Amino acid sequence: MATQLATSATGAGSRRRAGGGAPPPPGAGGPPARRRLENWRIRGELAILLGPALVVFVSFVILPVALAAYYGFYKWSGFGAPVDFVGLRNYTTILTDPAFHEALGHNAFIVIGSLVLQGPLALGLALLLNRKMRAQSLIRVLIFVPYVISEVVVGLGWGLMLQSGGALNGALERIGLGSLRADWISDPALAIWTLLVIITWKYIGFAVILFLAGLQGIPEELSDAAAIDGASYWQIQRHIVLPLMGPTIRIWAFLSIIGSLQLFDLVWIIWGQYVASTAGTSTMATYMVANGRNAGSFGYGSAVAVVMFLISLAVALIYQRFVLRRDTAGALTGGTP
Amino acid sequence: MTATATLVAPKAPRSVRRAPAGSKRSTGVVVGFVALLLIGLMLAPVVFIILGGFRSNAEITVDPSGFPTTWNWQNYADVLASPTFWGQVGNSAIAAVATTVFVVALGMMAAYALSRYRFRGRGAVFALFTAGLMFPMTVAITPLYILVRNLGLMNSLAGVIVPQIAFALPLTIIILSPFLAAIPRELQEAASIDGLGRLGFFWRMVLPLAVPAVVTVGILAFVNSWNSYMLPLFILNNEAAYTLPLGTQAFASQYSVDTARVLAFTSLSMIPALLFFSVFERRIVGGLTGAVKG
Repeated sequence: MATQLATSATGAGSRRRAGGGAPPPPGAGGPPARRRLENWRIRGELAILLGPALVVFVSFVILPVALAAYYGFYKWSGFGAPVDFVGLRNYTTILTDPAFHEALGHNAFIVIGSLVLQGPLALGLALLLNRKMRAQSLIRVLIFVPYVISEVVVGLGWGLMLQSGGALNGALERIGLGSLRADWISDPALAIWTLLVIITWKYIGFAVILFLAGLQGIPEELSDAAAIDGASYWQIQRHIVLPLMGPTIRIWAFLSIIGSLQLFDLVWIIWGQYVASTAGTSTMATYMVANGRNAGSFGYGSAVAVVMFLISLAVALIYQRFVLRRDTAGALTGGTP
Repeated sequence: MTATATLVAPKAPRSVRRAPAGSKRSTGVVVGFVALLLIGLMLAPVVFIILGGFRSNAEITVDPSGFPTTWNWQNYADVLASPTFWGQVGNSAIAAVATTVFVVALGMMAAYALSRYRFRGRGAVFALFTAGLMFPMTVAITPLYILVRNLGLMNSLAGVIVPQIAFALPLTIIILSPFLAAIPRELQEAASIDGLGRLGFFWRMVLPLAVPAVVTVGILAFVNSWNSYMLPLFILNNEAAYTLPLGTQAFASQYSVDTARVLAFTSLSMIPALLFFSVFERRIVGGLTGAVKG
C-alpha cells in the first residue's frame, strides 16, 4: 500500500520530472579524479539534507514500532529491562478476550460508517463549494471549522450538549419532540451511533479539503467540452469529474480507514476508560491504553499495538488489491488525457 | 479532446451552459439553501460552546438550549485573568512553533534530496517515509512513552516536540516532493551557469518557489501540534507542563459543576487554531493540489 500511495501521490510530479530532473553534475565528463571528488561532494550534500530527517524519523517512528514487537513477547511493568519472556501468551490473551472482540467490532463499524457517510457527503459538499457562489471562501472556512478545532474541544462541547440534561434534549423539548429525548452518551444502543455522528461532523472537513484540491486539478475544458456536446451538469459530474477524482477518493478512503482503526482521542475524552466499555464505544486503541499503560502492563499494551498494526496492515494490503484490480480494469483511472 | 478545444472558440462553452437562465436561478436558490443548512449544522455545536460561555450556570441548567438572556462576560474575563490558562497557551505555542519550524526545515531538506538528486536507494528512502503513514502515533505510543522516559524527557515539552516532528515528516515529505520535482530543470541549469551550486540553488531559488507548499505543510503541522492529545497525555503528567488540550480537559473535570466557565475556557482554547486556519485556508487547498492529483 505504501508504495501504491507514493506513486499516486507523486504521480503528477514524476511525470513532470521525466523532462525536468536534476541536471548532470557540473563535473561530469571531466577527468576521473574530479568526478570522484564530485561524487563525494554529492554524498556529503545528501547526508546533510537527508540525515537529520532520517535520524529523527527512524528513532521516533520506526524504532518504537520495532520495540513494540519486542516488548510484546514479555510480561513487563515498564521498569528495568524486560526479562519475563512469555512467548505468545499476550497474543493469545488478546485474541480470546471478549472485550477486545467488542472493541474490534466497534472499530469495524466506525470504518464502514465513516466511508459510507463521509464519502458521498464530502463529495457533494466539495462539488457545491467548487461552484462560484457568493461568500464562497467564508462558507469554505466555516465547513472546515470542526476539522480545525481540537478533539478535546469537540469532545467536551458535544459531551455537554448531548448529556441527558443537555442542549439537544432541551431543544427537542422546545420544538415539541420531547418524546425523542434520549441518553445519547451512555445508552449502549445509541452511543456508537452518537460517536459516528460526531466523527462525521469532525472529520468531513478533511475529506472536503482533499476533494476540493482534487477538483482543482481537473481541467475546466473537459467539462466545457462536454457541455457543448449537450451533457447536463449532473452527467458531467458523474461521467467526467467523478472518474477523474478516483485517485483522490482512493487516497482519502485509505487515510479514513487507517484513522478509524486507530481512533482514540474522541472516545477517551467523551466516554473515558470505563464508560467506553459499558456504553459500547471502546476501540482497539482505548483497549490498549486501558489494559496497557493504565494497568501497568507495558508488554501487554505493546502486544495490542502490534495486533492493531497487523490489522491495519492487512486491511491496507486488501485495499491495495482492491484498488489494483480497479486500476488494471481501468474503471476509475482515466488519468488526465 | 485537443481537437474539440481547437475547433471551438474559447468563449462558446460558457454561453452554451448559461442558456437556460430560469432553471439556473432556481438551482442557485436550492444550492444556497442547502449550503446554509449544512453550515448551520456544522456550526451549531461551536455556537453552543461560545454562547454557553456567556450564560450563567443557573440559566444553562433551566434551559440548556437557549440563548443568553443577559450577556455575562464574567466567565471569559475569569479565564483570561487566570495564569494557568496563559501558561497552557504558552506551552502549546512553544510546542506548536518548535514542531512546525523543525518539520518544515527537515522535511524541506529531505524532500529536496529525494526529488532533485539521483542516487541509489532513493526509492527505498521515499518508500520508508511513505510507510510512515502506516504507523500512526497510536501504534507506537506505548514504546514511545518508554523511550521518552528513558531519555529523561518526561514532563518536558521536548518530549512532545521531538516525536511530533518525527510523525509529521512523512506527510510533509509526500506533499513537498512533487512540488520540488516540478521546478523546471532549465531554471537549475541557468542558475548553475550563473555560478550557483546545488545548495545555493536550494537557498536562493527552491525555497522562495516552494513557499505555497511550505505554508500548507506548516499549517498542518502547527494545527496538528496545537490540537494533539494522545502524546501529551502520555508524556505530560505535571500540570505546569500541560498543553492547552490537556489543560482544557483538566479544567473541565475540576470545575465540572461550573459548566458556563468550562464552555468559556473551551471556546477560548480553540481561537488560535481557528484564526490560523481561516487566514491560510486558500493556501492549504492550493498547496495540496499538486500532491493529490493522480
